[in-house]
Amino acid sequence: MLIKIRKSWELAEQDVTPEKLFKQRRQFLKTGAAAVAGGLAGGLLSHQAFAAWPQAGEMLTNVAKTSFDPGEDATPFDQVSSYNNFYEFGTGKDDPVYAAKDFKSDPWMVEIAGECAKPGLYNFEDLVNPHQLEERIYRHRCVETWSMVVPWIGVSLAEVIKRLEPTSKAKYVAFETLHDPERMPGQNRSVLQWPYVEGLRMDEAMNPLSLLSVGLYGRTLPPQNGAPIRLVVPWKYGFKGIKSIVKISFTETEPPTSWNRSAPHEYGFYANVNPEVSHPRWSQAKERRIGEFFKQETLPFNGYGDEVAELYTGMDLAKNF
Amino acid sequence: MKPYLSYRVTWWLAFFVMAGPLLQLVAIAFTGGLGANPIEFINRYMGDWALRSLLVALSATPLKIVFGWTWPVRLRRMLGLWAFAYVTLHIANYVAIDQFFDFKAIGTDIVKRTYITVGMGAFIILTTLAATSNKRAIKHLGGKAWTRIHKYVYAAGILGCWHYFSMVKADTLPPLIHAAILSGLLGIRIWDVYRKKNLKKTS
Repeated sequence: MLIKIRKSWELAEQDVTPEKLFKQRRQFLKTGAAAVAGGLAGGLLSHQAFAAWPQAGEMLTNVAKTSFDPGEDATPFDQVSSYNNFYEFGTGKDDPVYAAKDFKSDPWMVEIAGECAKPGLYNFEDLVNPHQLEERIYRHRCVETWSMVVPWIGVSLAEVIKRLEPTSKAKYVAFETLHDPERMPGQNRSVLQWPYVEGLRMDEAMNPLSLLSVGLYGRTLPPQNGAPIRLVVPWKYGFKGIKSIVKISFTETEPPTSWNRSAPHEYGFYANVNPEVSHPRWSQAKERRIGEFFKQETLPFNGYGDEVAELYTGMDLAKNF
Repeated sequence: MKPYLSYRVTWWLAFFVMAGPLLQLVAIAFTGGLGANPIEFINRYMGDWALRSLLVALSATPLKIVFGWTWPVRLRRMLGLWAFAYVTLHIANYVAIDQFFDFKAIGTDIVKRTYITVGMGAFIILTTLAATSNKRAIKHLGGKAWTRIHKYVYAAGILGCWHYFSMVKADTLPPLIHAAILSGLLGIRIWDVYRKKNLKKTS
């Protein structure tokens, strides 16, 4: 099944990216890398070059359908966009939809750093545009035992990483959220240590399921869902899906992750969905799908075992929770 | 001092104030304000108000100590019963809606999850106090024993704050605020006990 999906990506990418444009982008990447030394110049340049990116909440076009679809009803948009854990905009789940209302994510720069051949300050569109946008309908399981089904739009994280050419020393990928208390009022309280950070092992990041999402329900991401660019790793608890990313770095050692740093005995680096390993304070055996009355059994790896279980062969998942 | 309001009017006013959160929840439910996860919303809402009404009931004696007011003490039973009502609704929501009578899961929760063990402890105390809140029980137990039993209301308050504190993920400020208020109310009582002892010594 996976092989088939890969094929469809390749075809689609050739369809939308003429060779000339692709080369231009390669050229831009080079200038972009050079521009790191020269400050923001590269960013400004790229912003002009890709000014066609739609504003927040706009329709995304040229989105390929993929076969990532659990065949379950998607959680309605108003619930996906009003029930959010995004502590940068308040600790209540109904806080972000209000507190993030005027959040501006344009322009948006993402710093690429660490063990790779193409470090630099990129306009986020430049990370995304060379790749085929795909709609992927994923189950989303929060560590608090509720779940949703979300039709994300994004690009394969693996494809983005490949283009950045990580070196052989790159064993992990670290992510960082914007730290700007004026724009993210929740950061005025040190509920967590800011900025929010997350990380994946390189093979996890390269798994075809890992998605850099820029939209949902056909439109660009609402701010409360992590505009303009966020991570989606559906076999892990929701807190791994770091939002409003401003930095991606390749590291040799395991990077710190926010919830692990906050409560190491409760939240591990891996945070794979696992009904058999309880959170110390509550069971993870069941979950309540938003909009449904009865709880349902939680599936190992949130039902994505076929795709990801092999990443963890030989590992004690109760220890590496 | 002649009261501004008669006891009966005060009692009913306080009664409706205490019913306010419940009425508000009904209004929220009818206007579609329960959000994406209504079961969680109701659970948190009832839990919040259970603890708050308990704090209200626990403030009767400190108000008498500090301001010399006696009317809150006369309302105390009704206030305490409201706290019991909110706790009962909180637990009914957990048992009947959240867990849907899955007694195996509930049993595991009580045994394995400290915050639920602690919460159930508070519920058992408040149930005992509610069951012995009538005049017949006072007569039956005798005033001294009854008073001693009802001192456990402070234990229920402490367990309630502990329950709240140990269920939040990272934002401990709201439970700490409740715990600070409880400490204040308890502190006034302790201070009063010492003050009375000292008065006895000096007189």
